[in-house]
Amino acid sequence: MAAKLTAPGWYRAALFMVLGLVAGITLVAGLRTLLGYDRLFEGETVTTVCLITVPMAFLVGIGAFDYWFRWASGAPTLAEDHSGHGAHSWKDYFRVNTDHKVIGIQYICTTFVFFVLGGLMAMVIRAELAAPGTQFVDPNTYNGLFSVHASLMIFLFIIPVFAGIANYVIPLMIGAPDMAFPRLNALSFWMLPVAGVMMVASFFAPGGAFATGWTAYAPLSAQMPLGQTFFTVAVQFAGASSIATALNFLVTIITMRAPGMTFWRMPLLVWANFTTSLLVVIATPFIAGSQFFILLDRALGMNFFDNASGGDILMYQHVFWFYSHPAVYIMMLPGFGIVSEVVSANSRKPIFGYRMMAFSLMAIVLLGFTVWAHHMFVSGMFSWLRVPMMITTLLIAVPTGIKIFSWLATLWKGVIHLTTPMLFALGFITMFTLGGISGIMLGLIPVVIHVSDTYFVVAHIHYVLFGGSVFTIFAGIYFWFPKMTGRMYNEMLGKVHFWLSFVFFNLTFGPMHLVGIDGMPRRVADYAEEFATMNAIISASAFLFGISFFVFLYNMVASWRSGPRAVGNPWRAHTLEWQVSSPPPLFNFDHIPTVVGGPYEYGVPGAQHGVFRDHEPEEAPAAGRGGRQPVVAE
Amino acid sequence: MFAIGIVASVIGVIIALAIDWFPPQASAEAQTVDFLYDVTLVIAVPIFVLVMAVAIYSVVRYRAAPGDLRDAEPVHGNTRLEVVWVLIPFVIVTVLAIYSWIGLESIEAQQPNPIKINVIAQQFAWRFEYPAEGGAPPKQTTNLVLPINRPVEFKLNSEDVIHSFWVPAFRVKSDVVPGIETQIRTTPSREGAWPVVCTELCGIGHSTMRQSARVVGATDFAAWREAGPGAVATARDDQAEGRRLFAGAGCAGCHALADAGAAAATGPPLGGLAQVAPSRAPGVPLEEYVRRSIVDPKNVVVSGYSPEGMPGNYNQQLSPREIDTLVNYLVRASQQTGGRAQ
Repeated sequence: MAAKLTAPGWYRAALFMVLGLVAGITLVAGLRTLLGYDRLFEGETVTTVCLITVPMAFLVGIGAFDYWFRWASGAPTLAEDHSGHGAHSWKDYFRVNTDHKVIGIQYICTTFVFFVLGGLMAMVIRAELAAPGTQFVDPNTYNGLFSVHASLMIFLFIIPVFAGIANYVIPLMIGAPDMAFPRLNALSFWMLPVAGVMMVASFFAPGGAFATGWTAYAPLSAQMPLGQTFFTVAVQFAGASSIATALNFLVTIITMRAPGMTFWRMPLLVWANFTTSLLVVIATPFIAGSQFFILLDRALGMNFFDNASGGDILMYQHVFWFYSHPAVYIMMLPGFGIVSEVVSANSRKPIFGYRMMAFSLMAIVLLGFTVWAHHMFVSGMFSWLRVPMMITTLLIAVPTGIKIFSWLATLWKGVIHLTTPMLFALGFITMFTLGGISGIMLGLIPVVIHVSDTYFVVAHIHYVLFGGSVFTIFAGIYFWFPKMTGRMYNEMLGKVHFWLSFVFFNLTFGPMHLVGIDGMPRRVADYAEEFATMNAIISASAFLFGISFFVFLYNMVASWRSGPRAVGNPWRAHTLEWQVSSPPPLFNFDHIPTVVGGPYEYGVPGAQHGVFRDHEPEEAPAAGRGGRQPVVAE
Repeated sequence: MFAIGIVASVIGVIIALAIDWFPPQASAEAQTVDFLYDVTLVIAVPIFVLVMAVAIYSVVRYRAAPGDLRDAEPVHGNTRLEVVWVLIPFVIVTVLAIYSWIGLESIEAQQPNPIKINVIAQQFAWRFEYPAEGGAPPKQTTNLVLPINRPVEFKLNSEDVIHSFWVPAFRVKSDVVPGIETQIRTTPSREGAWPVVCTELCGIGHSTMRQSARVVGATDFAAWREAGPGAVATARDDQAEGRRLFAGAGCAGCHALADAGAAAATGPPLGGLAQVAPSRAPGVPLEEYVRRSIVDPKNVVVSGYSPEGMPGNYNQQLSPREIDTLVNYLVRASQQTGGRAQ
């Protein structure tokens, strides 16, 4: 037992969390004694401090810092014997692991857990909104539900699941044995469940979960009950995770490309994650800052946002949106990358206008930093800023249009295989076009004065983040599922999943445009009678939409356990990750390949992307468990 | 495919324009906004149809047969085409931006002889201050009444957190930010009662922060304006006026009361007050208990509810006459069954 409590792992993590709790309480009580306060154990203060000490103790206990502590204290570091590398049983996924492939799967599975939780909250929200009046939850719980729903979906699902997919795929794609900083990579992952558990746990705080939306506008967020602190601190953990991973991607992509892998030979997913990481590294500190301001206002009474004491309320929105607008591109660019891979491989054609695809990503990064105030057109900010921000906002349609049209041109005269990832990619292209069009409308100031903060905005955000981002996530998960698990998913169930989600997605979020323009504000637990019919339709579709997810879940679980063995390259794709076995060897490549050409040279006679020493792509063993034969999709 | 695309675009545009998207147009500005939206639809539908047409056509026409392992003919790009699809969207968004800019200038333009109204927002109700004008004294009320066809300038102030003042029928909206005075200009153009909605999440009662703007003829407005506060209510329609106050002052946002159709559970329910009041405040007459609860809620807290839950300034927010009406209404309405206090 003693050995278990000193070795990195869950036992030590549990012990350290108790110690962290004790340390937090002692710190508060000690300081309050020194200051001569009457009540030594003030609940809010103790909770605020423990929200920081307990998770830190958890991270130390689980073992995320062991190597660095030895190194920093001058003790001999443990020789890297790679025993913490790779996964041999499912239990290895619950340990600190430095293998990018294990971390990638840890990321994806963890984020999908929070996706399910966030989705269940959406179901309760739709149940409440199925009819006017109060049905299931009181207004406070309702406000908490949509706030936690949005925060989980953004900070614990879309942003990190892309990091998870990229974690698995990027090193393989660029011909690297791992990420540049494997230990930092592990730490980045382990901060995520901390953030997610904290957000969910806010429901148990006195006064209920944080109820100010994921935007947490001041001064409301500085005045709300304790649950708000859970959000404020959780965002710091999620943000730190995000920044560390982005830094890791940047260094990996810049320094660890295989010989011959020039920037103009990188697959577009690598380009996408390179640009996304630039956005994360530059922008994420701003949301951390905005939440620190709130935390200091709440905990120490610093009055950043108390206008009576000289605070500036609109400053919160400027700082917040300076991150949170680029954040929508953080949630979209990796999806662009995935769609490029899927569309090219499934059309058997090179990506049309490869360089413009990369340039348009860079253009979105640059323009993305110049549009934040379009979220503030009715906020009461200085009115002169509106027209310049409208112009930059509309201009983003140009690089986005380049991408849409280039994918369409890639499809044109291709040899199209309608696999499940391809269906989701096509669904993405059409739904994202709709989201882009409503985005243009939301850029036009006279229109947005009317529709801002209405269900029109709710519809728009779900068209770009579900019809956009989540469809690309599904495409990516299906596409690399054989690579990650060594098994093939069920194509039939995949297609059922696609059609169910595509239809019910539109039936759920399409009508929201109508009720929004017609006068229904967002973030309301109750609404006027005139919107009752539409909301009943929306809720009914939403439940069916929710059920469609279980088709996916069943497919993933069943196929991972007992799907047919997958070959190394079921899509006959050219990028490097498909040239190794499924799943790849422990260190990805027995010999680092040399890159000699572009990644999408389908149909070019004799063209090769990477050259391996043995000149032969490796194949997985032919006979799978249960004697199944390997399958090639379609 | 081209012909089908054009037909589909035309049909799409007709459908898009046929949909009745907006609430009624009740201000001079509404038309500008709605027309800009329609222009956007007319541009957007063909773009969406183009994307769909190319995608569907490609999938149908170029779909591989099972077992077809061919690669397509490699086409890496086409500079002329790429320039075209950079330039056309660029021109479209430039035109839209200029057009919106012109539209914005016109809907926000200063109008002659506006009536100036101070709008004060607080959790979770609106109130309105009319300055003295002509023979009419200043007036503070929870009813927003506007004369038709006369420009209005709203000056918006908040007493606590950020709210947002929206009249969908006027197509105008602005956040109401503590410490900043924001402004809205509009000209009501149609008589009727139009919803006033708070669209910025302002706390637990946000969804109940709904009142209405009544647009009336000039003579009706002058009559309403000259009438003293509360003179609208006679003893006979006290009940209706009380019910209206209960909703208008935001009570219904937090309290349950069967007579008013309110079922909120944030604050204590108000049914059966006669039974519970003696145990909560022994020796205090019911009417006095209800009055204190309204004007000094911090000192009349039902156990299990937060003392911070209820705004403490109904004394200023409502006129003495309005408070009388509300108290009488509550004493009577709470004797009915439903929404009973525990």
